[in-house]
Amino acid sequence: MSELDLAVEVRGLVKRFGDVEAVRGIDLDVAAGETFGFLGPNGAGKSTTIAMLCTLLRPDAGSARVAGHDVVKERDDVRRNIGLVFQDPTLDGYLSAQQNLRFHAELYGVPKVLVPERMRLVLEMVGLWERRGSLVQTYSGGMKRRLEIARGLLHAPRVLFLDEPTVGLDPQTRASIWRYIEELKNREDITIFVTTHYMDEAEHADRIAIMDQGRIIALDTPAALKAAVAKDRVQLQVDDADAAIAALRERFGLEATIAEGSVTVAVEGGEAFVPRLFAELGVPIRGVSVARPSLDDVFMSYTGTTIRDAEAGGPDPLMRMMVGR
Amino acid sequence: MASTETRPAASATVPAPVRVVVAPAGWRADLRGIKVVWQRELIRFWRDRLRILTSLLQPLIFLFVLGGGLAQIASGGTEGVDLRTFMFPGALAMAVFFTAMFSAASVVWDREYGFLREMLVAPVRRGSIVLGKCIGGATVASFQGLLVMALAPLVHVPYSALMILEVLALQLLLAFMMTAFGVMFAVRVTQMQAFMALMQMVVMPLLFISGALFPLSGLPRWLEVLNRLDPLTYAVNPLRAAVFSHLDLTPAATAALLPGITWFGWQVPIAVQVLVVVAFAGAMLSVAMWQFRRA
Repeated sequence: MSELDLAVEVRGLVKRFGDVEAVRGIDLDVAAGETFGFLGPNGAGKSTTIAMLCTLLRPDAGSARVAGHDVVKERDDVRRNIGLVFQDPTLDGYLSAQQNLRFHAELYGVPKVLVPERMRLVLEMVGLWERRGSLVQTYSGGMKRRLEIARGLLHAPRVLFLDEPTVGLDPQTRASIWRYIEELKNREDITIFVTTHYMDEAEHADRIAIMDQGRIIALDTPAALKAAVAKDRVQLQVDDADAAIAALRERFGLEATIAEGSVTVAVEGGEAFVPRLFAELGVPIRGVSVARPSLDDVFMSYTGTTIRDAEAGGPDPLMRMMVGR
Repeated sequence: MASTETRPAASATVPAPVRVVVAPAGWRADLRGIKVVWQRELIRFWRDRLRILTSLLQPLIFLFVLGGGLAQIASGGTEGVDLRTFMFPGALAMAVFFTAMFSAASVVWDREYGFLREMLVAPVRRGSIVLGKCIGGATVASFQGLLVMALAPLVHVPYSALMILEVLALQLLLAFMMTAFGVMFAVRVTQMQAFMALMQMVVMPLLFISGALFPLSGLPRWLEVLNRLDPLTYAVNPLRAAVFSHLDLTPAATAALLPGITWFGWQVPIAVQVLVVVAFAGAMLSVAMWQFRRA
């Protein structure tokens, strides 16, 4: 089916909330069978984009097709082809875990004979099988999150949207969920569209779009994105950060920034740079670390800040967007 | 209690994924949607025993406290019929009425707690979710109505299978209309307090004007006009007719207490009154569906 070569096709998509443009005209194509990562700080417009792709929000301009169907004109068709794990809780607390899953299975037309077995599998995957009969309102936050993911994986849709699926989960559960997703992908022609602000999770993706302040600022494979940065990240622990930044500028011609509490500078051949640093900087250094480029550096090279700092700098996405203008 | 929350074992085998399934389209999917939403209403209603009790309280207060209290001064106008007997069909309508409103209010809860989104992205037409909600509301409200119905002998209304069936059918219809009516508003309102305030503002006048608590004979002109415009009127009057037809009333009492509904002097038959309710229910359901589709 040729129209399904593209699982997601987005052209000039725009969404405004009042005066604020949350999504400012983005284009992207996701091939069928691809795992596509959507990376960016909170408030970058990732969830808004997903909401439009899942027919929950109407775009103000531009168009989008999911599994070959227009998200405005063929909403019912889009919804038959997608699965979605929301960022915010969408469980019914007055129902048990099992009842929540059964509700979902019925709504999504999972064949009746498969339901008990499937339910057991996904509940065991997230470690909630023993608690299946409890009302969801008695669950802790982490348990709800896990149940939500289990529910999203109960059926296998053509395009699976995961909006920050593993936020707040312990590493073990995260690993188990990613193992399942990989397995799902290997066996089936499923497309996975996942947003995250965990860099290590984005590494699971075949391609990554980096979004910041409503725009896609980079889109490529993780390897290509990192290769494009080419520079290592050198972080210095110093007592006098201002003096160190000034010295780096004067002696080496390098623009340093403070990221995550350390003076950070990007240089080619980081290891070879360290001895020169100690010899020539003239500011006492208490420690140095050198890191190969990560997706964090990719993000930093495009935006001048790390994701964590971008979030810390402006917890309110609206404020951040105003300031960003 | 560390054992209450089990973590996935590191060695746990990863489950085998199901094959990609495109959810089937068409009326079967929509029927499924209606069914699960309906079932959820029932489960939630059954879980919330307190609600069953509180929704029962209101009609009982009107019937026994207000009815009992006013019986003395009203006795001159009821042609020997106990005021509580007269108000009983009104209480039947009220029980249904408030429960249906509560069902509609759950749309607002669902929005606040996010569950609405789970339903909105589901591969069924949104209309089927509204329909499931309304059928669910009608079911639980009629159950509530049956509980009040059980009190009939206390107000000198003997049990009769036919009467109970007639009343049940009318209650289902009334409850369906009221749930649709509530959902129509609930889709638009995002806060529970606002919804409750709105309902208080709309529901009490509709209830009082409908004649649930007084006979339609000899009303002031303006009240008569409002009464004919109130959709509830056309459900309350048939309810009363269904109950009274099984009582042994004098012609004078029937004339005073059940004068029927007239449109410009034309006596509207009960069947037409029921049709009016059906039409209102259909219209409200359509509006609710339309709003839900745009939500």
